[in-house]
Amino acid sequence: MEKRNAKAGSLESSDLLVVIEENKPGEELEIVMHSIVEKQYGDRIVQIAHEIATQKGLANVRILIQDRGALDYAIRARIETAMERFERGL
Amino acid sequence: MGTNLLFVPGNNPAMVQNAGILGADTVIFDLEDAVSGEQKDAARKLLKMALESITYEGCETSVRINAMDTPYWEMDLKIVAEAGIDGLIIPKAEHGKDIERISDILDTIPGADGVFLIPLVESALGVENVYGIASSSKRVRGVFFGAEDYTADIGAVRTKGGEEILWARGRIVNGAAAAGVEAIDTPFTDVEDIEGLKKDTLFAKALGFDGKASVSPRHCGLIREIFYPGDEEIRYAIRVIDTVKEAEKTGKGVASMDGRMIDKPIVLRALKVLRAAGIKEDFRYE
Amino acid sequence: MNKIRKSLRTAIIDSGIKNGMTVSFHHHLRNGDFVMNMVMDEIANLGISNIRIAASSFFPVHGKLVRHIKTGTITSLDCNYMTGPLAEAVTNGMIDKPVMFRTHGGRPRAILEGSLKIDVAFIAAPSSDEMGNLNGVRGSSSCGSIGYTMADAQMAGKVIAVTDNLVAYPNGPVSIDETNVDYVVVVDSIGDPAGIVSGTTKVTRDPVGHVIARHAADVIEASGLLKDGISFQTGAGGASLATAHYLREKMVSGGIKGSFGMGGITGFFVDMLEDGLFEKLIDVQCFDLEAVRSIRENPNHLEVSASHYANPSAKSCAVDSLDVVVLGATEIDTDFNVNVLTDSSGNIMGGSGGHSDTARGAKLTIIVANLLRARLPIVVDRVTTKVTPGETVDVLVTERGIAVNPARVELMKSLKEKGLPVKNIVELKEMAEKMAGKPRKVAFTDRVIGIVEYRNGEIIDKVYQAVKE
Repeated sequence: MEKRNAKAGSLESSDLLVVIEENKPGEELEIVMHSIVEKQYGDRIVQIAHEIATQKGLANVRILIQDRGALDYAIRARIETAMERFERGL
Repeated sequence: MGTNLLFVPGNNPAMVQNAGILGADTVIFDLEDAVSGEQKDAARKLLKMALESITYEGCETSVRINAMDTPYWEMDLKIVAEAGIDGLIIPKAEHGKDIERISDILDTIPGADGVFLIPLVESALGVENVYGIASSSKRVRGVFFGAEDYTADIGAVRTKGGEEILWARGRIVNGAAAAGVEAIDTPFTDVEDIEGLKKDTLFAKALGFDGKASVSPRHCGLIREIFYPGDEEIRYAIRVIDTVKEAEKTGKGVASMDGRMIDKPIVLRALKVLRAAGIKEDFRYE
Repeated sequence: MNKIRKSLRTAIIDSGIKNGMTVSFHHHLRNGDFVMNMVMDEIANLGISNIRIAASSFFPVHGKLVRHIKTGTITSLDCNYMTGPLAEAVTNGMIDKPVMFRTHGGRPRAILEGSLKIDVAFIAAPSSDEMGNLNGVRGSSSCGSIGYTMADAQMAGKVIAVTDNLVAYPNGPVSIDETNVDYVVVVDSIGDPAGIVSGTTKVTRDPVGHVIARHAADVIEASGLLKDGISFQTGAGGASLATAHYLREKMVSGGIKGSFGMGGITGFFVDMLEDGLFEKLIDVQCFDLEAVRSIRENPNHLEVSASHYANPSAKSCAVDSLDVVVLGATEIDTDFNVNVLTDSSGNIMGGSGGHSDTARGAKLTIIVANLLRARLPIVVDRVTTKVTPGETVDVLVTERGIAVNPARVELMKSLKEKGLPVKNIVELKEMAEKMAGKPRKVAFTDRVIGIVEYRNGEIIDKVYQAVKE
């Protein structure tokens, strides 16, 4: 059976691609982040992902982020959209 | 709302965050044609976040929500109006009562008092019903003509010369004027053809349009230049408004200037000129 | 006397090259060059090692040299600009000796004064006769101006011309003459002229870049320099080149005739020459095939040596006569110092080229840049690498405002009077940080991987290796 997953965003400049996958039961929240500005903003991106996952009560998932220099508002938007799609079962 | 309105794809962060500096008087964040069906939710969310966190100085913000025959428009409306927007573009506008309905919904959203509406008329039925659409609500600031969908609807070929849309353009200008609102012309779709843009824009101005939309930031400057009122016009308009204000203050019945009575059409024309010049004027003709 | 050598190998052997020597190359074939790789392969095959390469620039095509670094054939690099896999290798600390970064004007200065000694100069020549009279405008590998070769030809111990187009004696026109050439080698191909046109020499499509370019043209107009006789130069591409486009519009509508355009010449400048907007073009390198055609055909399109272009120790040089230059940047700090060598993460991806030369010479130096480049603010507290000193930089134009060097009091006044959006550079920095969030500072080690020499020979900065995370 295929793992449930959802994605949002794109790899265009100033955007980010977010993929949310079901993790194995019992596994904690996992965030994997790659960014073209990792050194300067990597921590912040991971922090935002944590915040939103906690807010939404999503624990058993793996969040993969490929960032192309998106600003905070876009990071939030794409992560929330991916999470909402995940919850809807898309 | 000034003289040029620029479409910006609503699901494109690079464009959305830079929209304010591209030279447009009014930015139209597009949730409709620029966004595919599966991305409507993503675009709506992106715009909501952008509108809440970015200050768009120097231009007005508006959103083209999805048409009222789609499942998206109500969420679009609610989300962006709550996030804070100056105006809304309503595509495929065909009946005044639809615009009224949107206006009523806006009345229920706190903070959305000042949100203006611009119905986009882009079908034969819409062009038939222009006056009704234009006069349907106090929120309507102008009527916008969309030639691409319109020509498809009437079964004509869209050309740069524009003969096929001449009648519709005229009817839009007329209906808008009769309702006391502005008329906005359809965008010129060849991005590279600046000479063609100039011709088309000058023609639109000659027909009586008050402004024109564009699909490329490279068109904004020229459109604004062509529609921008001349110094004389601006000075005259300022005098008109000052005179009318003065008359109101001193309790005079009717104002007069240069031996002429200043009646409603002159005042409305003056307000239009000031708006096109980007001069803020709160005066309202009662 | 027979100067022809039947192979590169023979020529290299005859030149007496030994371990530890310095070889030089020019970069007029840009990313289409074959010669540097061919020569270094031969040198490696001969078992020679510990070589220093002094090239005017290194391009992605020279990434093939990385394996020669690994084997110890190449142990030192000296250039004005580097990009691609070679630059990555240097950034990752593959070479022990720090790379020497110079400028287009400083390199010939160093060669002519003797501080950069070249043992063997390899000159890729689109056409050559049997005695070594060379030019860059004849033959299927034509690259146009060969301005970066002249100091090398004059001063190198041995000069080897490498050509794919041997012509009858005497060759004409003559850019390098036979009095300086030792050997001539004929090869199948010296390079691919299509490789001259790199992505960086195209006008930007980014609408934000156009907004910036329009503002920059407005600045030039407001400065009072936009009048008959104006001379200007723009950087390789992006918003710099777009500025030329808007400036041209203003010249046409104002009926203004310029004196000369300089560069790095592209087809855009050639059009301006042919349309009568410039009297002359001063050309130290051709950026596209239109420029190559023009320099071949038009006597008003002048080839100059790098020394003539920008050598500060010469009796005079062309940059000193320049009115306006429009340049890019990777970073600019609140003192207007500019970085074009490294990015904010410490990756080497460029070099001065003619940046600090033209900034010093021009009456008005404008830096055009997006306020945020992929989230990173262009305005920083302190540049990662100082290449062009702030006192030579007058204006920064971004899409969200224009900053003027406080030393230019009259200019600031003129711009404000014209209603241009003048802001303090610190304001711009804060605006950028507000939009993007304050970036975490990148940590650097003490290891020096590059030395930055200013055009006059002074060391202006060092390049440090970033901490690996």
